[in-house]
Amino acid sequence: MARELMKGNEAIAAAAIGAGCRYFFGYPITPQNEIPEYMARELPKVGGAYVQAESEVAAINMVYGAAGAGARVLTSSSSPGISLMQEGISYIAGAELPCVVVNVMRAGPGLGGVQPSQADYFQATKGGGHGDYHLIVLAPANLQEAVELTQLAFDLADKYRNPVMVLADGMIGQLMEPVELPPDRPAAELPAKDWATTGTDHSAGRRRIINSLYLYPDQLESHVRAIFRKYAEIERNEVRCELQACDDAEVVIVAYGTTARIARSAIAKCRGLGLRVGLLRPITLYPFPVAAFDPVVRTARAFLVVEMSMGQMVDDVRIAVAGRRPVSFYGRTGGIVPTANEMVKQVQLILEGRGA
Amino acid sequence: MKIVYQKSAGLTDVPLHYCPGCTHGIIHKLVAETLVEAGVLGRTVVVAPVGCAVFAYDYFNCDAQEAAHGRAPAVATGIKRVHPEAIVFTYQGDGDLASIGTAEIVHAAMRGENITVVFVNNAIYGMTGGQMAPTTLVGQSTTTSPQGRLRLGQGAPLHVCELLATIEAAAYIARVSVNTIPRLNGAKRALKRAFQMQIENKGFSLVEVLSTCPTNWGMSPTDALRWVEQTMVPVFPLGVYRDIEGGT
Amino acid sequence: MPEVVFAEALCKGCELCVTICPTKVLKLDTSRVNVRGYFPAIVYNLTSCSGCGSCAKICPDSVITVRR
Repeated sequence: MARELMKGNEAIAAAAIGAGCRYFFGYPITPQNEIPEYMARELPKVGGAYVQAESEVAAINMVYGAAGAGARVLTSSSSPGISLMQEGISYIAGAELPCVVVNVMRAGPGLGGVQPSQADYFQATKGGGHGDYHLIVLAPANLQEAVELTQLAFDLADKYRNPVMVLADGMIGQLMEPVELPPDRPAAELPAKDWATTGTDHSAGRRRIINSLYLYPDQLESHVRAIFRKYAEIERNEVRCELQACDDAEVVIVAYGTTARIARSAIAKCRGLGLRVGLLRPITLYPFPVAAFDPVVRTARAFLVVEMSMGQMVDDVRIAVAGRRPVSFYGRTGGIVPTANEMVKQVQLILEGRGA
Repeated sequence: MKIVYQKSAGLTDVPLHYCPGCTHGIIHKLVAETLVEAGVLGRTVVVAPVGCAVFAYDYFNCDAQEAAHGRAPAVATGIKRVHPEAIVFTYQGDGDLASIGTAEIVHAAMRGENITVVFVNNAIYGMTGGQMAPTTLVGQSTTTSPQGRLRLGQGAPLHVCELLATIEAAAYIARVSVNTIPRLNGAKRALKRAFQMQIENKGFSLVEVLSTCPTNWGMSPTDALRWVEQTMVPVFPLGVYRDIEGGT
Repeated sequence: MPEVVFAEALCKGCELCVTICPTKVLKLDTSRVNVRGYFPAIVYNLTSCSGCGSCAKICPDSVITVRR
């Protein structure tokens, strides 16, 4: 495998093509424009199609059509554009279609700013779109992981017939790092989709319908309950989480994405000061790694949740900790990225009994 | 004895739910017949709208995708890019296409997507109970223009064919109606030409069909057909608005 | 004489066929209702029927089959 210096956005796009994705529908928005630009350059070379849609609303509906037609398909956007995609995402989940949506988060709300943020956690994990559904949400903390999780996203989407979000932030999107791209997986090797609309000539005359409309309540309830049996399976099988130095930690930092990466530096500094600090890093935000907290709760004294937001994942941490230990929160917003020193300071406050 | 007319194989056995005399049924038949006669039914995918025709996926005897309101041209774009050999058509009403979906229809035409759009214009929102549409006539009373559509504040009806005819990659744009047998035959000819454009990969095609809504217009089906001729056709002239091969 | 057959259960009594018929051989049978509760359309004067098929063409519900 060759190592190449790539920008995060481009690494994600390259990873998608490597996973057999041949269709991209999107719209420019800062800070993720390198994704559509990479796709516009590279997809035609592999016989794929790049379509610049008229808006994110149109883009997500093109994704729906292409996914319903049986293809591996990607779209990407950043926070305000992801807001526009919510209706389409709800339809994709309701119609049980596979697709991958990349959100390179920027500061909000509203037009906000273009610098990194993690303030779309609620939108990604608690809905965003209407109705009962979940996105599988994968949160990379560095570019190599972004490559791996983007490829995993396509596999999970197909396996469960559900949309999957790769939740990155502007830092990951814009950083340049060496990455290794796995060998390309030919699109022809992927399992066939016997529910896709390819024309009845291909299905011995049996019509295939992609739909999320169920006007009879008993049918809609059955449909939604069946989808939730899928989510139960996803919660059993697909949790991913990383623990670092938690075995003897007094304070455990809980963070994901870029914040987790900075937390590693904070932990190194803390350890250098004789402070026993660890990191619990969720990689799947849905399904949230609830069970990973149980062994840590037994030995740690306190949790410090750090996010680039006013506090969103902290709610899920509090649910997982279930009152057994105090949970503190430290956040920066507006596009400001917290420093390792700020995190060290918060840990010190907690250990001095003054909380965070 | 030879068959003069029988139900098209392009339709399923599901009874149509449309109101008595609604022209959706006629338009469904013409599209179904066109697909069968062109020999493409087995590679067709229909994209159903939100509106009275929301159940179109139950009626056309081919694969189908249900779209969000207004988004059918985008959904069709996704399908067609993945399966360029498929015949992909959308079937949309005046709210779906000319209100919430205005961006999607313009840009699908702009990009020259090789799809066919069947635009059913009955100057009102049928499924939701008779509200004003972008194509409602000035002075026409609806539940959200109870005094009749007022130019001041509500404007005048949108002319979709005229607008789309300015788009270079639109291969065929035509407006027809189905309120008499000669008009119906003309509508079928236009649909045949539109689908032929797609079969020959010549670009985007759209047929606007002036249609009735007896229930929300408050008239009998027969009177509704007459209202199309007397009141709609003068505002929405029939004809071919764009044909890249110069046909009429 | 032409043959005009109605799949009566599908008829919604809309009268488009009655209106469109050039020889006026169709009417609604108001003496009964079909399974949907509508007065079904019938041919009441087959001898004047030209077998043009206009009724079948205009019927939104594909009720009518015409043979000649």
